[in-house]
Amino acid sequence: MFALANPRRFLNLAQWLEPLSWAAAAVFLVLGLYLSLFIAPPDYQQGETVRIMFIHVPAAWMSMMVYGFMAVASFLGLIYRHVLADLAAKAAAPIGAAFTFLALVTGSLWGRPMWGTYWVWDARLTSVLILFFLYLGYMALWQAIEDPVKAARAAAILCLVGVINLPIIKFSVDWWNTLHQPASVVKMGGPSIHPAMLWPLLAMALAYMLLFAALEMQRIRAELLERRLANLTGISH
Amino acid sequence: MSPVYALLRRDLLLSVRLGGSLALALGFYIVTGTLIGLGLGPEPALLARAAPGLIWVLALLSTLLALDRLFQADFEDGSLELMALSEAPLSLLVLAKILCHWLTTGLPLILGTPILALLFGLSLDDLWVLILSMALGTPALSLIGGIGAALTVGIRRGGLLLSLLVLPLYVPVLIFAVAAVEAASAGLDATPHLLLLAATMLVALAIAPAAAAAALRLHLS
Repeated sequence: MFALANPRRFLNLAQWLEPLSWAAAAVFLVLGLYLSLFIAPPDYQQGETVRIMFIHVPAAWMSMMVYGFMAVASFLGLIYRHVLADLAAKAAAPIGAAFTFLALVTGSLWGRPMWGTYWVWDARLTSVLILFFLYLGYMALWQAIEDPVKAARAAAILCLVGVINLPIIKFSVDWWNTLHQPASVVKMGGPSIHPAMLWPLLAMALAYMLLFAALEMQRIRAELLERRLANLTGISH
Repeated sequence: MSPVYALLRRDLLLSVRLGGSLALALGFYIVTGTLIGLGLGPEPALLARAAPGLIWVLALLSTLLALDRLFQADFEDGSLELMALSEAPLSLLVLAKILCHWLTTGLPLILGTPILALLFGLSLDDLWVLILSMALGTPALSLIGGIGAALTVGIRRGGLLLSLLVLPLYVPVLIFAVAAVEAASAGLDATPHLLLLAATMLVALAIAPAAAAAALRLHLS
């Protein structure tokens, strides 16, 4: 992995890996949506509205996974001072914010028929909303500091301070009496969800992960090229 | 005299002699509380029901007011660099500054809370739990706010950015503190919530000085 810290080597890798990721993401997105919308059975209680789950749950998983990715990248960037680690964290933030927003909105739309309300101040929803604000604050901090090296390290500190929110989100449904459904996939004893619903869920999750990989590589390439341009012309953003 | 004690003494003397932050936070707290009380109307049940959340949100905002000046003045005149170079660990010096911030902002808020409780019609038992929650919570606010202030020192419009960074991290404090007071007014045991609040404060105490010191160093380099 540390060999990848060389930007030139990363660009060479991304040259072929990124198109491959886009293609794989497209394939799994189509497959996942087909499985979710047509093959998965309707829920005995919720009927067809359960299909929002196949968009909502993977988006929520990705929102946490991307923040974890950012935290690891920030940590490595702080310790090893690799430019690529800082750029990886910076590039991932808007993608993570988008996934979080998607999770919040689809969850809200699902909540209306399921619970009768668009929003409730329970532990899981509140902590995911905090996660969204943490993403926004992270992006704002990058924008606010002019020197990119200082901005990277300040943002890294902020990201690492906020990482305490991740276990709170994960275990919020266990620790507090919440309206949100408790864990049924990632828990002790394995998933308790039926395979007919588990496979579409995993297919969509894989599609989202490939989408994240493709977007991330594209954004890192863009950041690297922007840095090069700034170095050449003397103008930076 | 140790550097940490010297810094604490200097900051306290500056706050007292220059004035401003002590009266500012408390004044904002009371006046805004009065305005909200006026705005909500005279119904006592509504006011008493809304009191814990409203008072705590006001405490959050009042703490935020003084935060962006926490390191700014020392950063501008170069004292921060001297602090970073001193033999005392920067995290301890940061802790001293945060302690001074709490003594000049958090403590006056705690002392001013009975006035707001009176205005909102909070009962005496609930007031006791509210004061306890503020005694446990306001240090956490100063500590977490110290991280935000250190991250945004020297940035233009840093105050607004500070609010955006710090308010999400304040939410656990708000939740546990308000839950404690509401449990007390419902006749339930407030202890679990207060213990969680204390835990939040202790985690902040463990993390904030080091994080803030790291953030200050990167702004000084």
